[in-house]
Amino acid sequence: MANQGPAYYSPYPAATYEGVITPPEGKALLLEDVVDEEIAMREIARVMLTSENATIFPGPQVLYGWNEEAKKKATLIKEMAEVLNAKMIPMYDYRPKYPKIDAEVEINPNHPNLTIWHNNIKAAIFIGVHCHYANVALKIVRAETDCYTIAICGLSGHEDAMATLRDQHSHELEKFIKIAKEVKAELGK
Amino acid sequence: MSHDIYKINPEFREIMPKEIIELEENATWAKNMDKPRGIKELPDTKELLEEHSLCAGCPEAAALRYVLSALPKPEDTIIVNSTGCTSLMFPHIALHTVHSLFGNQNAVASGIKRVLDWRFPDTQKDVVVLAGDGATVDIGLDYTLQSFFRQEKITTICFDNEVYANTGGQESGMTAKGQVFKMAPTGKKFDKVPMWELAKTSGCHYSVNMTASAPKAVAKAVREAILVAREIGPTYINLYTPCILEIGLSANEGLGEMKDQDKDRFASYKHVSPEAEEYLKKCKAEGLL
Repeated sequence: MANQGPAYYSPYPAATYEGVITPPEGKALLLEDVVDEEIAMREIARVMLTSENATIFPGPQVLYGWNEEAKKKATLIKEMAEVLNAKMIPMYDYRPKYPKIDAEVEINPNHPNLTIWHNNIKAAIFIGVHCHYANVALKIVRAETDCYTIAICGLSGHEDAMATLRDQHSHELEKFIKIAKEVKAELGK
Repeated sequence: MSHDIYKINPEFREIMPKEIIELEENATWAKNMDKPRGIKELPDTKELLEEHSLCAGCPEAAALRYVLSALPKPEDTIIVNSTGCTSLMFPHIALHTVHSLFGNQNAVASGIKRVLDWRFPDTQKDVVVLAGDGATVDIGLDYTLQSFFRQEKITTICFDNEVYANTGGQESGMTAKGQVFKMAPTGKKFDKVPMWELAKTSGCHYSVNMTASAPKAVAKAVREAILVAREIGPTYINLYTPCILEIGLSANEGLGEMKDQDKDRFASYKHVSPEAEEYLKKCKAEGLL
């Protein structure tokens, strides 16, 4: 669990300024509340299934088959997108894009708001994005859009997302997909 | 390096942009090519610095493309760079790069080369230093020369724009005598440091002074320098890449400036030691050049 550090380094409003920090092990974060993982998973599935243009942003850690876990996660993320009726837009590298990105088909962590504005995305899952770039992107999205952001993180989560799940590996993704299917059935989607 | 780690997972192939799929399939890695990549690959290869964040028309951007196109084994090459305009380009290239502290680049490269030789005894790893004249000749001169004295098997390429460009235009040791800059209003008082000659005196087996006006010539020098560094010892290339902004030229005048200097301060200088010459003949016979 993170400790609060000196504020005001970031030009963007950051969740830590308001005392929101990453959840402890075994827990998740919904806005500023620490909750059980399953409660967060249900809420995430509900938001994704009921928001306009829900989208999953897979990052390099899952886009490329650099180890067996990444290959397994790729299959699960594809299934997750189908269950959540979500589009997928890749964040395939982190280089600032010149002269401009094609906001229709890609997202870049240095100006993620452009993709969200262009596609009118109201809920998004970031998964497989390296933590330092996820932090940058989530702060910008938080400041500049009304998108509900969800971080599915293999490490300690991201307080700047509206919802964060930590320590998420393929086993946890399977659990999330199962819950998402239940929520989908409840909502009749 | 395992190329498989860059394979796109099949589940995501349909959402990946075409250019990224093409990069995976057609990248000009030595193992994908029948013969080494070169200048002819420049127009249509994404990995050779497709985009950059330098000033429009900057000769450095062109010169870096020539250098990248000439690397004999790009996937096994590590470029060590230093703070300066060039460091703005390195995040955009498909290559291993290490950013060192200003001036330390030859010391860092020495360490990397030694560790790579120890860690990968069966693979040829090329270490290339690429830094500006401030880092190579002014602040880092000690590190540059000491690496030559120690006969480190690295190639040093100096992008000589004769000025500290990205800090507002201060004179450097490589600035020509009498040159006035915004931050050097009284003009430089002493001659340009003949670094290519110092390199020769300090033990480099291959030392060249040239401009980046002729792509093929630059590529040839880079390839020769790297091959010599592999087997014989340190090599040095001094490449004029004028800062068009600081000398008051417009975006389309960089090439003309370099061509003019081909006959002046950067008149061709080439030193090749006898053992390097012998080795280059062998490389040519084997089709490496």
